[in-house]
Order: sequence, then structure tokens, then C-alpha cells
Amino acid sequence: MTTQLYKNHFPSVFVERARQAWRHGDRLYHFLLVLATVAVVGLVLGIGYELWQNSALSRHAFGWKFLTTSDWDPALTDTFGALPFILGTLITSLIAVLTAIPLGMGAAIFLAELAPDWLGTPLGFFAELLAAVPSVVYGLWGLFAYIPLFVRPTSKLLEHTLGFLPLFEGPVFGPSRLAAGLLLSIMVFPTITAVSRDVLRAIPDNQREAAMALGATRWEMIAQVLIPYGTSGFLGAIILGLGRALGETIAVTMVIGNNLDLSASLLHPGYTMASIIANEFTEATFDLYLHALIEIGLILFAITLLINLAARLLIWSVARRTRLEVRA
Amino acid sequence: MNHMSYRRRNWRQTVNTFMLGLTAICTMMVVAPLVWILAYVVRQGLPALSLTLLTQLPTPVGVAGGGIANALVGSAMTVGLGLLIAAPVGILAGIYAAMYPNTVLGTSVRFGTDVISGVPSIVMGIFAYTLIVLPQRHFSALSGGIVLSFIMVPTLIRATEEMIRLVPSSLREGSLALGAAEWRTSFSVIVPAAVNGLVTGMMLAIARAAGEAAPMLFTAFGNPFMNTDFGQPVATLPHMIFVYAVSPYNDWHAKAWATALVLITLVLLLNILARLIVWQRARVLGSLK
Repeated sequence: MTTQLYKNHFPSVFVERARQAWRHGDRLYHFLLVLATVAVVGLVLGIGYELWQNSALSRHAFGWKFLTTSDWDPALTDTFGALPFILGTLITSLIAVLTAIPLGMGAAIFLAELAPDWLGTPLGFFAELLAAVPSVVYGLWGLFAYIPLFVRPTSKLLEHTLGFLPLFEGPVFGPSRLAAGLLLSIMVFPTITAVSRDVLRAIPDNQREAAMALGATRWEMIAQVLIPYGTSGFLGAIILGLGRALGETIAVTMVIGNNLDLSASLLHPGYTMASIIANEFTEATFDLYLHALIEIGLILFAITLLINLAARLLIWSVARRTRLEVRA
Repeated sequence: MNHMSYRRRNWRQTVNTFMLGLTAICTMMVVAPLVWILAYVVRQGLPALSLTLLTQLPTPVGVAGGGIANALVGSAMTVGLGLLIAAPVGILAGIYAAMYPNTVLGTSVRFGTDVISGVPSIVMGIFAYTLIVLPQRHFSALSGGIVLSFIMVPTLIRATEEMIRLVPSSLREGSLALGAAEWRTSFSVIVPAAVNGLVTGMMLAIARAAGEAAPMLFTAFGNPFMNTDFGQPVATLPHMIFVYAVSPYNDWHAKAWATALVLITLVLLLNILARLIVWQRARVLGSLK
């Protein structure tokens, strides 16, 4: 009725158009959808652009030498080199991933292949909650419980037994590269466990049945059939864990000791790329200093970009084969 | 069957039992830290937890009492602003990713989501710093809220996308066949059917953002006073834990533990609730089959 009235009173083409546009409204809706989507894609480009622009001074002043020199002297000579931080990040992340791989994979095998539902479901749930604990809480616990009760005794033991190696040279203080690596290890458990468990679950049952029918024990089936079958997926899980370890900031800053120590020892305090940014960003008193710190952020961005790319490619390659729902 | 093959079979059985036992131990070692952390936070935090902690402002070192009211308000402000920005963008982009997965834009938004969720939060902090703090020349709750919105977006997109994919296409087709416009179909049919998933996504996003300390170092910056102005710096819970934890004062350590207890309770409750909703929904969908 009302529409009829409108038509009689305002037989204008414009009103008709406006009415239709309101009824449909799909052009506006599509515009909004595309706008939101473009904003998200633009965010990635924007981060890269801003980091690139705001590190210009440092990039021009030091060039590639920024990556290979270890002078970090904002006080006297104004020279900056990021090598100690890059090495610190690599060392702590390697410790984390190397210790988390066997434990995380073992747990994934137990949860996916062995545990009955009443046990596997709550344990898997627990492991996922571990991923939700804020990193500052990890840092707090690391500082006051993990280091004094576990890392320090372990470090002392390493120093006593292997102290002749430069890698385990004393003295042991507490906060150290090893402490950061072992804390990161706990933080990447959930990632590696959850993704590996999903990879295992996505492997078709006929693979298991065939192995069992050939007389394999359960372990032989897992080691000789399931693990080779899911290799690229497991690699993806590991790389995803590595990505998390590389970028972790607050927890590492709290337990690594923040010291420009150039020795090879894991038991000495160190620095990572993320922790130098966290510590010195608000203290950067001149532009070159700030730009050097932002360039470290740029390196971190580039590394995590590459790592995520690699991980996604690997997991996607399994997903295409097994219709795995990609998560994490 | 000779003696040798019996021994070999025995050996294989032993290896089997040993390795399977080892995986069980691995699981315990993965779960143990969570138990240890939770127990420790409760034990250390509970004695310092009180009503005054939640309602008072911080006091200088040595002055008794004092609390974290400013950080509670600051966290609510920054996380709230973050959600306000991220929810519409995330939900719309998620709808797009679910509806047009194979277009150029659809592929790039899904890839972009993966990249954003992999960018370290401290790098996000630098980005927000150069974008907002540097031009404005001062730290603010606004910049803190915006950096949290960047961190929330991937979680929201993924949750929306997954849930919308689960809605049967017959519902959508039915609505379109009745002559409803596409936006109407989306907001009156598809989104209500997927609303549980969207709420879950928001809860997970809030939980993640509420725990971020690193990007707050140079956006929200921290503030010992109560502040409700978005143009000024504010304290947030995770940042306060960090500052208190690395200080040399025992009283501040105790407050760090109590604040950690508040934060972890909030974060874990949101996570557990979110997962219960998903679990409930999976059961409902399962019973329909």
C-alpha cells in the first residue's frame, strides 16, 4: 500500500531508484565487504611500508653491515650493528624448537593415536589452554619459579660436567640464553602439539590398517607409516612453533638477562632482537638510534614473513592431500 | 618358527611398549608446566589479592595498600576500543573470505590473515608507534587500542570464516530465492546461524589482546594515575605485571603475582567459555545428523 502511495505521489525516477537501492542495498554491502577485506590486506603492506620508511636513516648509514657487525653503541660512537641480537634470537629459538620437537611430537602421538577419548580430550584441552596463558605471566613465572627451581640447577650441572666447552662456560647467574630458550620451549609446546595432532588425525585410517595387517606393532606403524606420511605437516608445525619463538618478546626480555655479552656460552645472559626493541625503544634519544631499532623490527618482520610462508605452504601441501582443516 | 624369530618378536614388543610409554611421558611433560604455572600463580597471587587491590590506585614504594584500578580501567579501554575497531572489519572480511574464497581478494585476505597472526606483537607496536604516536608526539590509549585491534583481526576473521562455512548453503539459497537481498541474507539468516562462532571469536580475540604487554610498552605506555581520556597514556594489566616483576621491590612482586592471577583468571575463563560454546554447538550439529 505505502509503496503504491509513494508511486502516485512522487512518480519521480529518482525516488524509485533510491527505493530500489535501499531494498537491495547490495552495492553498499559489497562495498563494505571489499573495504574491510582491502583494509586487512592493506595492513600487511602498511606494516612493511612503515618499517621500511622509518628505518631509512639506519639503512643508509650502515647498509648490509648492520647485519654482520656487533657494535651497539648509542652513547659514544653512534654505531649500530644487530649481529648479537640476531644470534641471540637464533640461539634461543633453536634451543626452544630442538627441545620442543620430541616432547611436542610425542604428546601429539599419544593424544591422537593412543589416548582414549576420556583422557585425550581433557589433556588436549589443557595443552590448548597453555597457548592462551599471556606471555607476561610466563615471564613472571620464569623469573621467580622456573629459573631458580629448574634452570639454575640444570645450568650448574651443565657447567660442572661440560664446562670445558665454550658453549657451557660459567659462571651461572640465573637469567641466561638457556633460560630464555627453555621458557620458549614451553611456550611452543602447544603449537607443535596441536598442529601435529591435527596432521596425525587427518591421515586416513587405511594407512594404519594396512600397516597393522602386515604385522607391524603400534609403534612400527607410527614410526614407519604415519610419520613419513605426515612429514611435511610436521615440518609445518615445527616452523610455526619456530615463528612463535622468534617473535616472542616480553617473556624473553624478563628471563634472558639483557646483556650485550659476546661469548658463545648458553649460560650467560644475552639479548634477542625482540628484547632489545622492548628495552631501548622508549629510550632512543635521537633519530638514528630509533631507526636502528626499527630496522631490527624490519628484520624480524621479514623473517616471520618468510617463516609463515614456508609453514603455510607445507601445511597446505598436506591439507590438499588429506583435506586437513588448517588451524593455528 | 625358530628361536631367533621369537626373540626378535619379543624385542619388537619391548620397543613398542617402551616408545608408547615414552609418548605418554611426553604428554605429561607438556601438560605439567600449565599445572605448575597455574598452581604457582594462585599460591603467590591469592595472599595479595584483595578488594583494595582492585579498587585503589598504585601507591609509591613503601606506602602500604595501593592497587591496580587504573590498569583495570586502562585494559578495558584499550581492549574495548580494539574490539570496536576489529569486530566490524574482522567479521566483514571473514564473510568475504568465506563467500568468495577463490577470488584474488579472497586468497589474499586469507594469506594476509596468516601473515598478520604471525607478525610479532612488538613489531605491531612499532607500526602503531610510527603511525599514531610519532605524528601525535605523545603516547595514548588510542594508539594502544588500535594496536590491539590489529592483533585481534586475524582471530576474528578465522572464527567468522569457519563458522560461516558451516552454515548449510540451502539456508542462503532459500533466503535469496525468497527475494531477500544479499546483505539481508547475510545479516538475517547467515550471521544469526553462525552467531555462536562469532561470539567465540570475539572472546578469544579479547583474551589474546588482554594479555599483550609488548606492544603496550610504546603505545599505551603506562600511567600511575587514573585516566579515562583516550588521548592520554593509560596503564594496562599485562604491562603493569611486567613493570612490577622487573622492579627490585618485594611488595611490587607480590602485586605482580596478584595482577597475574586476575589476568590469567580472565583469560582462561574466556577461553574455556569459548570452547564450551563450540563444543555445545558441535553436539547440537551432531544430534541433527
